[in-house]
Formats: sequence, C-alpha cells, structure tokens
Amino acid sequence: MSAVLILGANSDIAHAIARAYAKAGRELILAARRHERLAADVVDLNMRYGVVARAVEFDALDVASHARFLDALGALPGTVISVVGFMGEQTENERDPEVASRVMRSNYIGPAAILGEAANRMAARGTGVVVGISSVAGERGRARNYVYGSAKAGFTAFLSGLRNRLHGTGVRVITVLPGYVATRMTEGMPTPGFLTAQPDEVAAAVLAAERGRRDVVYVRPIWRLVMAIIRAIPEPIFKRLHI
Amino acid sequence: MMLAGWGRYPRADCRVIMARSQADIIAAVTTEPSLIARGNGRAYGDAALNPAATLDLRRDDRFIAFDEASGVLTAAAGALLADILDCLVPRGWFPPVTPGTKFVTVGGMLAADVHGKNHHKAGTIGDHVESLDLALADGRAVRCSRDDNAPLFAATLGGMGLTGVILGARLKLQRIETAYVRQETLRARDLDAIMDLFEASRDWTYTVAWIDCLARGWDLGRALLYRGEHARNDELPARRRTAPFTPPARRTRRMPVDLPAIMLNRWSVAAFNRLFYRASRSGTAVVDYDRFFYPLDAIHEWNRLYGSGGFVQYQCVQPKAASRAGLSALLDRIAGAGAGSFLSVLKLLGPGRGMLSFPMEGYTLALDFRADSANLALLTELDAVVAAHGGRVYLAKDARIAAADFRRAYAGLDEFVAVRNAVDPERKFASLQSRRFGL
Repeated sequence: MSAVLILGANSDIAHAIARAYAKAGRELILAARRHERLAADVVDLNMRYGVVARAVEFDALDVASHARFLDALGALPGTVISVVGFMGEQTENERDPEVASRVMRSNYIGPAAILGEAANRMAARGTGVVVGISSVAGERGRARNYVYGSAKAGFTAFLSGLRNRLHGTGVRVITVLPGYVATRMTEGMPTPGFLTAQPDEVAAAVLAAERGRRDVVYVRPIWRLVMAIIRAIPEPIFKRLHI
Repeated sequence: MMLAGWGRYPRADCRVIMARSQADIIAAVTTEPSLIARGNGRAYGDAALNPAATLDLRRDDRFIAFDEASGVLTAAAGALLADILDCLVPRGWFPPVTPGTKFVTVGGMLAADVHGKNHHKAGTIGDHVESLDLALADGRAVRCSRDDNAPLFAATLGGMGLTGVILGARLKLQRIETAYVRQETLRARDLDAIMDLFEASRDWTYTVAWIDCLARGWDLGRALLYRGEHARNDELPARRRTAPFTPPARRTRRMPVDLPAIMLNRWSVAAFNRLFYRASRSGTAVVDYDRFFYPLDAIHEWNRLYGSGGFVQYQCVQPKAASRAGLSALLDRIAGAGAGSFLSVLKLLGPGRGMLSFPMEGYTLALDFRADSANLALLTELDAVVAAHGGRVYLAKDARIAAADFRRAYAGLDEFVAVRNAVDPERKFASLQSRRFGL
C-alpha cells in the first residue's frame, strides 16, 4: 500500500489519523513545523504497528517552500492529508489584523497551497488522494468564530473546486468536516457530548472516505442536519441570533 | 467538568488539564498549586479527582522502547495495558501482573500498585518495575528504582499519585508460548472448602474464586475456584496451534443504559448467583487470555449496571490467621443485609511490600454495592469488622472509608509521609481521597 503524508502532524486529530493508518499497515510521513516533537511518535508507531514512519519539517505558511518540500520527500505519497489549522481567540482575531491574517493563512492559504501542489503532481501521475480537514464552521459565518470560519469556508470551496477540476484524472479530493472534536483546540469549550467526536472517530472517517466514494464527509452525521438548519435561517433573522 | 471514578460515586466538578507529553506534565506541575494525575479513570472512587486540577495523562501514551532480549518495555505513563497486550502478546510477551481490566494505564497501575490472580507467586506490578520516572513538586524529573531514590520508588508504588506525577516506567514482561490459559474450575460448597482449595492450589500461577455473597447458613461461602497456567502450544486444540498468539476476536457489547435501580435487588442477585453456581461444572478448559483475565471488559461501560447513582466496590484484605473468622463475619453481614452483588471475588494474597501498597498475606474479598444510604451504612459496619481483624481496604477501590480506619490499617503510613514530606512539603499532589484522609 502507498505511503500517507500527514501535514500538521502534531495535532490530536493528526495523531489519531497516524495511528489508524499505521494499524492498516501503511507507511507514514509525519510533517510539522516543530517536527522534532514527532520523533517520539515515529518510535511509537513503529513499535505498535511495525510500520515504517518518518518525521519531516514542514511549514504550511511558507508557501514558497512547498514545491521543494514535496521534491525532498522522494516518491510522491499516495495519499496526502492536511490537518493544518489554527483557531486563535475570536476576540483577538477581531482586534488584531496580524493575528487574523495568521488564522486565515493557517486554515486556508497554507493548506490549500500544499494540497493544490500535491494534487497537480498526482494528476500528472494519474493517481492519488488528497484529504483536507476543513470545518463546519466554514458553512456560515457566525459571530463567535467568523475569522476562523471564513478561512475554513475558503478551504472548503478550494477543495470543492479542485475536486471538480480533477474529476476524471484519477485524483480524488476529500473534504472532511469534523464538527466539534475533543482536542487541544476545543479544551475548555462547553461542547455538547452528542455533537463532539473523539479524534479516533475523525481518523476512522478519513480511512473510510479514502476506501469509499464519498467526497464530503461529516464525521458525525448529525452535523449535516445541524448545518442544514443553520444555513437555512434567513439572514435578517440570523444576524440577530449571535450564535 | 464533572468527573468520577469507575464506580461513578462520588462525582466532582474538576478542572481537567490534558497532558500530551512529558513537557506538558512538567509545565502543569510547575504552574499548578494543587493537582492529581489521572489515567484511564478505572480507580473506583475519588483517588483521581482534584477539583483544582486533574491532570489527564491518556494522550501521553507513547511506547518508547522494547528490548526483545530482556522483555523490558519502556512506556509513557498514559500507555494503555490493552494496547500493550495488542502489541506484545502476538510477539510472545505478557504483563508480569495484570489487574482484572486491561483498560488501565501504566501510571495508574503503578500508582495503585495493582495485583492480579498471581499475587501469591509474582507479587504486585511494583515487583516488576525496573525503574520509573517521576515529576516532582518542584518540576524536576527524577528516575527512581531499587538502587536510585529507593525510598521514593517504594513510596510511589501504591502511593496513589501523592509523591508526584509518574511520567513513564520500564516494566519487565514475561514470556508466553501461547495467548491461551489452561483453566481448571473447582466447586467449593462452603467457606472452609474454598479456603482449603486455595491452600491446595498454591503451586498454580493464577488462582481466583467467585464467591456467592448471598448464600447463608450451610452454604455460607460457597464458591467456584478458577486456577490457571499459561497454556503451552501442545495444550492447544490442534486447529489453534499454527496461530497460538491470535485467538479469534471476541465480541464486545456495550451496556446501553443505566439499569434502573429496582432491577438489582436481593432476589434477582440471589437467583442469579444460585443459578451460576449450579450451572458451573468442575473441569478443565483452554481459554484465551481475554476470557481468563478480563471477562468484564467484554461489556463496555458495565459500570452502568448499578444505575445512575453509581456504586462502590469494597475490597478488603485480612491477615491470614484472622481470615476465616473475618470472612465469615463479613459474609454474615452482607448476606444478612441481602446487599451483595454478582461480582464477588475472593483470593489468597501473598506477603505485601509495605508503605501504601494494599496486599498483605491473607484473603482479599471484593464486591460491589450500589451507592445508596443503606449500603453505605452497611459498609461502615464492614469497616469495623475489617478493622477488628487487622485488615484494610484497597485505596484504588475506596471512595468513603474514614481517615481513622485508613491510618490504623496502613502500618507503613509514617514511612510514606516522611518520604512525601521530603519531596512535597506543600502537598501539591492531592486528591479528594488524600484530603479525606487528612494526608
């Protein structure tokens, strides 16, 4: 089976995805800005599942480095998954344009650029899968997280367009919408249990999507309904809700 | 968030800090004025609850090294025993000591100094720890073993997280030839009979008994003894010999709801116990390790059996010389109140290792009680019986014993307090349990 490249490999979701793929026997390349932290994960994955794994340095925000990064990997991986993301604090995102820009670049420009570059190379090869972990927050801008949400909206639209363009080339583009997940990012947030997935569930959804045929995956199906309702509320009413 | 132990009694609103690495643990220890480490939450009572800060170690669960020659595994504190089994049983290794559930962490096993069905032969998990790394109150990380920081090593094993946060450990595993256990089942008609059977089974590696805690009169103490040995390859059925380490996958179920309190009463439990005893036959069987060591793990969330109010598991040990009298006094009270559970376990333990480690040479009895006021009053009576016979209650199960009973029962307490005062004079490491004890 082909290798799997996980971008943003230090997150809880990435960690769960790495274990799920390792359990399935796939070779892993873990990539993150602070890649030295991944050394322990490489040992752990190898011990648990006997798979080949390695850690490499990757900076999603340094778009100019992306082509070089992919060149340096050697063979192009069969599957590339972006778990890159950064929510920030909404109040800070509202006040400080520098911080807001960082959130936008981390959730949209960086992940879109690297997946776009990987997908182009896969198209030339004629096979491959790219997976973007986006967010239900991108489906409608809300007072509580619209800076993050707008970036995820951009990322979701990018993945949709990429999928549209590459249909028929042998490259699949999968959008994963996790909803709330119990991770470092949501720690301290009052997230209702039935709407909150564990990182393992996100990982299982990614593997299932790669094996199956779905293009857009809601990790917990309830979110499809929740977001359909949120999208359906007319703007004159929605603007008063402050949700 | 609201947290509880496995018994779901008591519950407390705790600030939870998730640790993902050793660096996270050191940072929490350095900044928090009061905290307790928590593993997979399988201690039954309030040992891993601290409202100010409860440090969840489940995401710091990395395997660090395994030496195939010596069988020494190095793992971070949050590593789950179930994962260790999944990884190493197929390679012919098994934990030297295992508690009755595999959903425990390495750190939790050490902090409670857990024992298993082989305690009389192998001692506790602490007897197989080559070394452990501990984050101290001042933020230092120290390695402890029989040679280095020996008093701290001894105090940390069974120390319920009160000496520091266990970061990881090196554990010496045992070789196995198959993933199966050759099991013998023997029926014992009363307390004398089961105690004789334990004595007669001393040479068996694993021994444990299920005891009918509601049987009275002549039947008092009737029980089924299970004894086992790791099966050799030639003891397996022929069709299993080619893949001795991969038993067929077991079906697991989930307890879907909290059982209404009315369902578990003295009649339903007594009827179940009578049926279970009568239906069990003496004999030999070869069973996979999951069925032998972890029968209850097949039902996820079985703790919901006792309803939403939770339950208390009462596990005590009494010195061997006092065990006959002590056990019959306990069983008399329990059967008299009609308050027992399905899951009553009896075992003969070997000598203990001191400080706050639970085991001592004698019989240990463990059984579950729904946490209602009548049962809690009964448990206070049982405390008095245990105290009168020189016994003690297991801290990993405890949710409620009085400070005086704890202090009287653990002879190694002064020694423990001396070690703790040297490393944590401010008592930074504290749980609801340690506060209840005035520790």
